[in-house]
Amino acid sequence: MAQSLCEVDSEEPAIWVFLEQEDQAIENVSLELLSKARQMADEIGWPLVGLLMGYRISELAELAFSYGANEVVLAEHSALAQFTVDGFTHAAYQILMERKPSVFLLGATPNGRDLAGRLAVRLRTGLNADCTDLRLDKGRGVLVSEVSGFGGGVLALIEMQKHRPQMATVRPGVFQVRLAGPKRNGQLTRFQVGIREGLIRTKIVEQFKGRGVDLTQAQVLVAGGRGVDGNFEMLEELARLLDGEVGATRPPVDEGHIERERQIGQTGVICRPKVAITCGISGAFHFVVGIQEAELVIAINTDPEAPIFDYADYCIVGDAKEIVPALTEVIRKRGGAPSLQALEVQHA
Amino acid sequence: MPELHSIVCMKITPKPEEIRVDPQTMLLDRETARSEINPPDMNALEMALALKDQHGGRVSVLSMGPPFFEPHLRVGLAMGADWVYLLSDRKFAGADTLATTYTLVQGIKQIGEFDLIFCGEESSDGATGQVPPGLAEWLDIGQLTLINRLEISDRQQFARGRREVKGGYEILEVPLPAVVSVKTASNEPRFMDYDRKPWAFSGDNITVWTSADLDLDPQLIGLPGSPTIVTGLADAPIRGRRREFVTGRPDEIAQKLADLIGEAL
Repeated sequence: MAQSLCEVDSEEPAIWVFLEQEDQAIENVSLELLSKARQMADEIGWPLVGLLMGYRISELAELAFSYGANEVVLAEHSALAQFTVDGFTHAAYQILMERKPSVFLLGATPNGRDLAGRLAVRLRTGLNADCTDLRLDKGRGVLVSEVSGFGGGVLALIEMQKHRPQMATVRPGVFQVRLAGPKRNGQLTRFQVGIREGLIRTKIVEQFKGRGVDLTQAQVLVAGGRGVDGNFEMLEELARLLDGEVGATRPPVDEGHIERERQIGQTGVICRPKVAITCGISGAFHFVVGIQEAELVIAINTDPEAPIFDYADYCIVGDAKEIVPALTEVIRKRGGAPSLQALEVQHA
Repeated sequence: MPELHSIVCMKITPKPEEIRVDPQTMLLDRETARSEINPPDMNALEMALALKDQHGGRVSVLSMGPPFFEPHLRVGLAMGADWVYLLSDRKFAGADTLATTYTLVQGIKQIGEFDLIFCGEESSDGATGQVPPGLAEWLDIGQLTLINRLEISDRQQFARGRREVKGGYEILEVPLPAVVSVKTASNEPRFMDYDRKPWAFSGDNITVWTSADLDLDPQLIGLPGSPTIVTGLADAPIRGRRREFVTGRPDEIAQKLADLIGEAL
């Protein structure tokens, strides 16, 4: 068997998390990973370290401490001011070869995946991508990653026993953010990285930052499938009244009725809303995995045999194009989400 | 100017909705599932073919897998690709990302000169998207990922791609050769060309290489070359739901649903 550059015997027993940052903010998925890793670190008695790379971002370390990091390793360089896979791979490689952590976790974002994919090959180590759960085996110090494949219908447990670091990526929304404490202290370690001229091959010609929706944070999700016949305005109205977001299955996205970033499921977003309302969705498994963590699922579909009803708390056999407007009307009369909530408080 | 040569990496995957785990053996029961070209790879092929339409040159298809991949890959020929390379050997089996990307790269080196390597965004069975950056790293060349539009500079020195991220976009440029992963559904893959079909489905246009044909370190391929091992397999658990049917007129249903939503928020 070919060896990784870092060996098990010389590992630093620690969990490291890549702190992805943009515009002076740490990505939510990195905080989710810190929260999960804090729990694992406590169980095994290892320190938790955040890896922060960029330019003029040292103040972000405080946030990482409050989400449980014991230490933040900071690499600042003007060539890291914007993410490029060449620059970040080079910097992370230097640091990881120096410190040799046992575990290194990254968010499965576009940039996180680019970095992880290159880094794992450079380190000659394994990469468990898109994990749905993580566990650190206390006795062996081995990371056990749960991944789902084949549209989400199959789960596999994956380990790497002889290669380090044990790398894994996790999609946004899989773990929940948990504040470890607002005034927690941690150690800030500065690391000088050398980046020579010409190392970064990618040139960023233009960048346009959209608002970008984050469905992983939505409290209410109104999702539409083929059965709404592209009528997403109807769903948007309901979502707006409920302070929620609209999502979709793949076909309406492919047909251009709605943006791809609103696609729910295995190849889209994993949500954990309080309420998910699925409209005209039959319930293919690769969609259903995206709403499995919802607290309440309401499904509306014309076909009483649709598989979606197996994954719903309340099932309505009917046309979403009739039920949704009726529901919208009732909720509007009651004053939308805020008053629905207020009503609940009064009851309590 | 030398002709543009694109290599498109393609995978044949079982249709996700037809895959099951055998409860006795805990192994994937691939037999019952039909196979297809991994749908995102069709977008990668289309992008390569569109470039060929525009700039000329040739398009090769590269795949790693069992011999039954062959007829599926011929679809690529009928769509417009010029040649198929299939890396097929039992020794390649059980490869994870590290071993897969290494083997594909040794195949690419055997094919020879190239300007662009195209990949789909991810595979429908693994869905991790880690192959494109892995290939770029082994080859020590630049990469553009999640690209939905691509242009080649006049003198074929640079590739410029548009990458859609978080509701915005980036225009990125890398020198050639480079690896490009193509955003799923960013184009409409063309149909098979009727005139190409006889040649595509019966012609001598596929090269099959075994491990003996490639310059390989046996320690880096297949199961031995894979740092990750599968230690358990199971059908995904389904969260228990109430599955209670709500009936009545639409307005009655709406009242009931509004109550339920109010309670849940």
